[in-house]
Amino acid sequence: MTGPKLRIEGVSRTFPGVAGRPPLQALEPTELSIVENDFITVLGPSGCGKSTLLRIVAGLDRPSAGRVLLDGRAIDGPGPDRGMVFQSYTLFPWLTVADNVAFGLREAGVPEREIAETVAEYLEKVGLRGFENHLPKQLSGGMQQRTAIARALANDPEILLLDEPFGALDNQTRGLMQELLLGIWERERKTVIFVTHDIEEAIFMASRVLVMTARPGRIKADIAVELPHPRHYTVKTSPEFSALKARLTEEIRVEAMRAATTA
Amino acid sequence: MTLFRPLEPVGRTTRIVLGIAFFVVFFLAWAAATLSGYVPIIFLADPITMVQDGWVLLTKFGFSRDIGVTVWRVLGGFILAAVVAVPLGILMGAYKSVEAFLEPFVSFARYLPASAFVPLLILWAGIGETQKLLVIFIGSVFQIVLMVAVAVGNTRRDLVEAAYTLGAGSSSVVRRVLIPANAPEIAEILRLVLGWAWTYVIVAELIGSSSGIGHMIIESQALMATGQIVFGIIVIGLIGLVSDLAFKVVNRVFFGWRLA
Repeated sequence: MTGPKLRIEGVSRTFPGVAGRPPLQALEPTELSIVENDFITVLGPSGCGKSTLLRIVAGLDRPSAGRVLLDGRAIDGPGPDRGMVFQSYTLFPWLTVADNVAFGLREAGVPEREIAETVAEYLEKVGLRGFENHLPKQLSGGMQQRTAIARALANDPEILLLDEPFGALDNQTRGLMQELLLGIWERERKTVIFVTHDIEEAIFMASRVLVMTARPGRIKADIAVELPHPRHYTVKTSPEFSALKARLTEEIRVEAMRAATTA
Repeated sequence: MTLFRPLEPVGRTTRIVLGIAFFVVFFLAWAAATLSGYVPIIFLADPITMVQDGWVLLTKFGFSRDIGVTVWRVLGGFILAAVVAVPLGILMGAYKSVEAFLEPFVSFARYLPASAFVPLLILWAGIGETQKLLVIFIGSVFQIVLMVAVAVGNTRRDLVEAAYTLGAGSSSVVRRVLIPANAPEIAEILRLVLGWAWTYVIVAELIGSSSGIGHMIIESQALMATGQIVFGIIVIGLIGLVSDLAFKVVNRVFFGWRLA
């Protein structure tokens, strides 16, 4: 593999001002390279443009300037090569768990027998065997997000994008979900970009944490996380983890205060 | 008293008993006003006369055929309108260009009163069945188009985005997300508009018609047979109630995913 998996070249985003208000710059020109199979977390205060950056990579939003290259090809609109898990529950409520996971495969015209195998495989991976015929409304929030992860992975995307996927879950569930996702990544080695405002989550999951400034968003720190794999939840109480947490808390605190005073 | 605590749910039995209770109150008030002679029979028949007149209508004058004809007209005109309007509404809701093209006209046409078209439609289509169907069609079609377009236009954006990131294209999003996501809403719109279609059919039958419930009502007026008029009105109400229940059952069977 030569060159990075994903390149972000001078990407910025300015939202036009509405009702006479000045235009709003959400994202300053940003440069970023991500190598294959890396797990990147993007950490920043609310409204710092981290979701905007992710949505641009997904193709759901367009940059005002710059471009995003995946495997050297410029991105133009959303596609199945970039799987996405949203913060809100986006399972199709009229489809069963199995049909939700099969959505992208049906779109690609994969034969039904193969779909059944793939769906079973990914439901097994997220621990939802036996829930194939459940409807989303019958699942807890954590189970819905696990299904959403299975749905994105079943498409076998080049890169997995997660936009605060565990943000709406309670603390305990969130911890379990982090371990589950990390376990999948340790076995499958996908390229992942994971957006969060939770410092512990950012460190625990990542091999590289990017810290963003308050609006307009800019990457102000790029910190490698050298904790060994496989990671167990007990790593969260290790001295190395605490040191990283202290450092990032400091970085984020400055930005949160800036956001609070300028908003 | 939990019955009067705000938003407190009531049990199933209580709900049914209360629902029937109002019908009883209504009929008692009606019977009291008419049977006591307070309201003369030439203005409003009492319930007993109404039932007797209804029985005569059904057994001697073949009223069941009139009911059949009216039901057929309503369903015919309504189904025609739905077949045209639902796809059009979906297109308008999904594609903003189609909406920009059609929405101003449909909003204008929606306010054209269907009943005012009756004389014109008689001129165009005579007083046959085509004219009756057209009245209902005109009365329903624009309403359905607009309401369906609004429903589809309000589809949860994140579901559409999720479909895009799973590889869906434009037509896939319409077929696999917008339509199934809004199917319950569309069924609800059809249920509502079917109710309005019933008022249009009676208007159509009051003028230039030789059969149907509306025709019977206008004939009865000439005879001052208020019992028959009331019976005709109540029959319409009952058919409405039945069709409403049918719609609700169908919705529950097909769209169970939406109910919490």
